[in-house]
Amino acid sequence: MLVYLIRRSLQSVVVLFVMSLLVFAGVYAIGNPIDILINPQADQIEREHAIAALGLDKPLWEQYFTFLSGVVHGDLGRSFVHSTSALGLILERMPATMELAFTAMVIAVLLGIPLGLWAGLRPNGIAGRTIMTGSILGFSLPTFWVGLMMIMVFSVMLGWLPSNGRGPTTLLFGLIPVSFMSVDGLQHLVMPATNLALFNVALLIRLTRSGAHEALLQDYVKFARAKGLTNARVIGVHVLRNILIPIVTVIGLQFGALIAFAIVTESVFAWPGMGKLLIDSIGVLDRPVIVAYLLVIVTFFIAINLAVDVLYSALDPRVRLTESKG
Amino acid sequence: MMPSVTKLSANDDHARAPLLEVEGLRTHFFTKAGVVKAVDDVSFTVARGEVLGLVGESGSGKSMTGYSIMGLVDPPGRVVAGNLRLEGRDLRMLSEEDLRQLRGNRVAMIFQDPMMTLNPVLRIDAQMIEAILAHRRVARAAAREEARAALAKVGIPSPDERLVAYPHQFSGGMRQRVAIAIALLNDPVLIIADEPTTALDVTIQGQILFEMQKLTRETGAAMIWITHDLSVIAGLADRVCVMYAGRIVEQGTVFEVLSRPRHPYTRGLLDSVPSMSARGARLAQIPGMTPSPLAVPAGCAFRDRCSYATDICRKMPAMEPVGDPAKGHTIRCFHPLRVERAA
Amino acid sequence: MSARAVTPSVRAVETPFRRIVSDFCANPIAVCGLAMLAVILFLALFAPFLSPQNPYDLAQLDVMDSRLPPGSKTAAGGTFWLGTDDQGRDMWSAILYGLRISLSVGVIATVLALVIGLAAGLPAAYFGGRAEALVMRVVDIQLSFPAILIALILIAVLGQGTSKVIIALITVQWAYYARTVRSAALVEKRKEYVEAARCLALPPARIVFRHLLPNCLPPMIVVATVQVAAAITLEATLSFLGLGLPITEPSLGLLISNGYQYLLSGKYWISFFPGIALLLTIVSINLVADQLRDVLNPRLQR
Repeated sequence: MLVYLIRRSLQSVVVLFVMSLLVFAGVYAIGNPIDILINPQADQIEREHAIAALGLDKPLWEQYFTFLSGVVHGDLGRSFVHSTSALGLILERMPATMELAFTAMVIAVLLGIPLGLWAGLRPNGIAGRTIMTGSILGFSLPTFWVGLMMIMVFSVMLGWLPSNGRGPTTLLFGLIPVSFMSVDGLQHLVMPATNLALFNVALLIRLTRSGAHEALLQDYVKFARAKGLTNARVIGVHVLRNILIPIVTVIGLQFGALIAFAIVTESVFAWPGMGKLLIDSIGVLDRPVIVAYLLVIVTFFIAINLAVDVLYSALDPRVRLTESKG
Repeated sequence: MMPSVTKLSANDDHARAPLLEVEGLRTHFFTKAGVVKAVDDVSFTVARGEVLGLVGESGSGKSMTGYSIMGLVDPPGRVVAGNLRLEGRDLRMLSEEDLRQLRGNRVAMIFQDPMMTLNPVLRIDAQMIEAILAHRRVARAAAREEARAALAKVGIPSPDERLVAYPHQFSGGMRQRVAIAIALLNDPVLIIADEPTTALDVTIQGQILFEMQKLTRETGAAMIWITHDLSVIAGLADRVCVMYAGRIVEQGTVFEVLSRPRHPYTRGLLDSVPSMSARGARLAQIPGMTPSPLAVPAGCAFRDRCSYATDICRKMPAMEPVGDPAKGHTIRCFHPLRVERAA
Repeated sequence: MSARAVTPSVRAVETPFRRIVSDFCANPIAVCGLAMLAVILFLALFAPFLSPQNPYDLAQLDVMDSRLPPGSKTAAGGTFWLGTDDQGRDMWSAILYGLRISLSVGVIATVLALVIGLAAGLPAAYFGGRAEALVMRVVDIQLSFPAILIALILIAVLGQGTSKVIIALITVQWAYYARTVRSAALVEKRKEYVEAARCLALPPARIVFRHLLPNCLPPMIVVATVQVAAAITLEATLSFLGLGLPITEPSLGLLISNGYQYLLSGKYWISFFPGIALLLTIVSINLVADQLRDVLNPRLQR
């Protein structure tokens, strides 16, 4: 197990390295670095100063090393618009996005898995078919439009929920600002989180259903019944334990997707997270922020992939034990 | 060949009342392409402590008979007719909950492929303990002790280590022993074994057969051994039913049926077993193929392949006794074979 | 015989195409989806003839007509069935034109991505070796990132415009095709007809395109159908965020985004109806794709 962990971590570091190379290439070699890193409204003298300060007149490999050392020290440039560290801006907005993504995942799991299980156990009943058709809708509905409709119904017509923004925050563990601790905060959180969760609810329903459907055809289910186990136990333990393994890994991987999709939801609901920052920055061509976002997200994804791999091998005894033998 | 000795109980009457009575069992599958009569009018009895062999090719309905008795027929199939009585109780009248209480308790089943029947992600002890706790209220620790003893009884070394292991850490033969142990946990009166040795190596087969024989004699449990392999039946069973296309075509003691087969199909089966005495000679075969379950010939299902078939065979033959009625040898045929071999 | 319930498989003799069609029609919901899709395609194709007004001909617009609710009357006595937007455009007409653009961008991007994916995946699978490893590694890494992220970054780097959006859509999609065709090709490669073709010393290009390709098509068709819907959604999302198609090519996404600001004042129709059009398009494509997947999946043959 330990060997596996070390091997995967090393792999991840390599991928991270490669990604940093790609980002560097994107910013420095393909794109025009001067445009990307220097405020376009600077005049000639300031430009020359900046070029020299950023070492843009030096050979490419030297620039890469400067870039890398900047990355290691957490310096990814200064935002044109906000004139503060680009990385700092991103980190400031991260808790908001994390809260949104996390809540969305919880909603998706609580709704998706039970519904999918139901549909898988009774595929030909009315409930089963409705759930499946509903899941197709969940896939097909464009997230941003659903968000708009939610605002229309719940904020404009019914007046129950606020239409944008984040509620008041309190510090969790004294460190992380979260907003779900207050009623007002929850009210602000509900719509965007549900909107974001929609796609995943549909995904989980379909995954759980096909997993359950397949599992029920397996011999071990028949054997469990032949042992005289109650239906509850057959489904709750035998079937569930088998289908949860791939589902858990999907959930892990989808978490990364949620952070990306949050970009759209944050724009619709004006939620002050990283995603909204990215859109704003693309709009005004605040390129250091874009680069910083990219690197943070890439790191995130690599970390999530690693965690999911480890989790999978921990959950499936067949993988875990053969690895330890090898 | 001597039939195995049936264990006599002190109470003779009790011993003679049949443990399991199957009368006119019909299990049909309602598929899009038509109705498949997987089990078509099957009748037999099993006495206490008796070993009954159910022999037939793939698709003869032998496994489905076993499932029908257990109440494990999955849709689109279901038992459409027949009487099933276990210890006098009508199984078809029981509620699902009552049936559940019988399964794994009074009647246990062992399947063919132990890799797929044991849940790969659960530990062995969990899978054994749950079989006990589903039927009796015992403390977890006591159940664990029972599981451990059961593993030891089926000849698994170091049972303590094996209890915390997972199925894929066992070899095929060991897994089947675990399945047998699970079957025996609640002291069933009837064990239905569905081709338990087919998926195993020949040497392991022999071991498992020996184990099962020993265990059933010790516990006095009756057994229905489902197989396609006649040689297994020869050494193990007291009586045998030969099945073809969902029906029983010949029934009787193992000695009678195997030494004096009266149905052409049984004769064909016996002849097609290669033996040392016919070295160099052509292997005998039953001509033709088993009919598709959707296209079973009307009347006697075997008539398309039978060299004795005549027009009368277009009618469905009933099970009729042949030879000495006291021996209980019956066949479903209009042209019973003449007795050729001496005993 | 395994312990699993034996349901015999009986297959009548029929041509594969007929079987696909009859299996497809077995699901009434899928047939509905197909019908809906056909209607939508028809509407999009004949938009200029079917719409009462050309919404992009400025001479036809009157700002006095702006923001009228559905059912209002025009000056000429007609009806704005779905209302008007902030520039006085008839929503119905705008939606028809928008459908056209959304569908054409989605389909073009999908087709091009399919070709690129095939060109990358098929030879990679057939020839194997380091080329295959490299291609698949790129594919794997790309597929581990969500499409919207890749698209956004590409737009940020390349700038905006129709061609850039299509490039972004293609870049996002080709990897799916490459991976699908590679898995299918790996399976087919082991089959005997490929061996036979090789024994005949046919040139590799011929084996790949004339023999392998047609047999790898069924899963590709399913993926392509799903991907058209995904491409349309992605383009709509990008347009909504202001980073998609320019105003000169108003897709449904842009229409929805136009209406965003009027939502809070209760003028829902400017966003609502284009959204419904988008929704119906995608749902119908997904219904068809779903059934196609079940029908073309060899493992579900019972």
